[in-house]
Amino acid sequence: MVRLRVIPCLDVKDGRVVKGVRFQGLRDAGDPVERAVAYAESGADELCLLDVSATREGRASAVETVRAVRAAIGIPLTVGGGVRRIEDAARLLDAGADKVAVNTAALERPELIAEIKARLGAQCTVLSLDAARREDAERPDRPPSWEVVVAGGTRRTGTDAIEWARRAVSLGAGEILATSWDRDGTGDGYDAELLRALAGAVSVPLIASGGARTAGHMETALDAGASAVLAASIFHDGVTTVRQIKLELARSGRDVRLPLCPPSVQ
Amino acid sequence: MSPDVVLVRTGVANVASVTAALQRLGVEPRLSDDPAVIRGAAAVVLPGVGAFGAGMERLDAAGLVTPLRARVERGEPTLAVCLGLQLLGLESEEEPGVPGLGVAPTRTRRLTGAPRLPHFGWNQVEPDPGCTMLTAGEAYFAHSFRLDDSPALAAEGWSVARSLEGEPFVAAIERGAVLGCQFHPELSGTYGAALLERWLERAALTLSGGAA
Repeated sequence: MVRLRVIPCLDVKDGRVVKGVRFQGLRDAGDPVERAVAYAESGADELCLLDVSATREGRASAVETVRAVRAAIGIPLTVGGGVRRIEDAARLLDAGADKVAVNTAALERPELIAEIKARLGAQCTVLSLDAARREDAERPDRPPSWEVVVAGGTRRTGTDAIEWARRAVSLGAGEILATSWDRDGTGDGYDAELLRALAGAVSVPLIASGGARTAGHMETALDAGASAVLAASIFHDGVTTVRQIKLELARSGRDVRLPLCPPSVQ
Repeated sequence: MSPDVVLVRTGVANVASVTAALQRLGVEPRLSDDPAVIRGAAAVVLPGVGAFGAGMERLDAAGLVTPLRARVERGEPTLAVCLGLQLLGLESEEEPGVPGLGVAPTRTRRLTGAPRLPHFGWNQVEPDPGCTMLTAGEAYFAHSFRLDDSPALAAEGWSVARSLEGEPFVAAIERGAVLGCQFHPELSGTYGAALLERWLERAALTLSGGAA
């Protein structure tokens, strides 16, 4: 059986790893290549690199970052951020990405997903979905729902997150990276209800993102139907290591790929 | 001494990861879709990402079907990855009616019984005792189709490694210096790097006449 995956995420801006809370208040979190190598040695199953630059210069430097990270590590690399056209996806693949994540541009023009799938295959096409809980104070008894947020979480779109995921998969997305805007950077745990709703709606693998602090949070996400758990702050800040998380998951009977070498490099 | 390695330019496959993995082993691969180069190369990597039909169409248009077939039949050092492995077979359920290279006597079908597709992630690889390059370990997969585990493979001298996701399936095959992997050795960390190294060693040995 395929192992559950633990995926550190590098949010990269102008050549540096950054991290904030709910996508805001970004602070420096190191050199991307150094981080990538350390995480790979610690047992990361994949790496995710999201370009959060807002400028053309930033975008160009992100391609160089992908190239440098690819040269250094021999595990899969998903890259997202600023993918607006098929050419952007192809450029990232050429630089060494194995999967390309689309977000805002696909929401504006869903055919982008079909185009990437047709040229590069579903196994390269990831939908990055940033979902925020809908407030409905008048109907607190209603089941929860989520809407897609864009522009660094500053704009709510009104688009239902579950419906969008379903549509993206029908267009060719081979995986969904589901980030809870409400939980991102908080350490309060993943939004398990969001994951359960998505896992029931689509049959492609689901990566849980936003809010992880403990191995227990990750177990909750896996129980909700996620195939992989992504985290950033806890690894960047040294709260824990990939190795430690995987050992704890294994101790709880979860099927993970355990690092072979002794924990000399963390 | 590392052999001259040529990566087949298929136009759709991601060659950056394979290139980087070989470079980490001290090999600088050349990228080519020239039939003469593929025919004459010491070692060839057939990468593969994308669909079976488009992949065969591309090989056919570039005139690579005959050179690739000849390499595998003669046991010349060749590594086929992911879709590349499926292209070695007779045909695929993904594109009915399109013949593959036909050098591995088996067919490609959709992986059935897996809880989620594509099959993304690390999975256990268990080689037959006859395997000399493939070892037991965990490798990284990204696919929805897989080769049938046909007895015809063994009958034609192929050794098989298997994996399990919903059903048992062919994770890799090897015969002499020819290696075909459903998983991605270039993305399989130290396990993959060690396998690539054994294939390069086998290639060098074959070229020096040691195990042709």
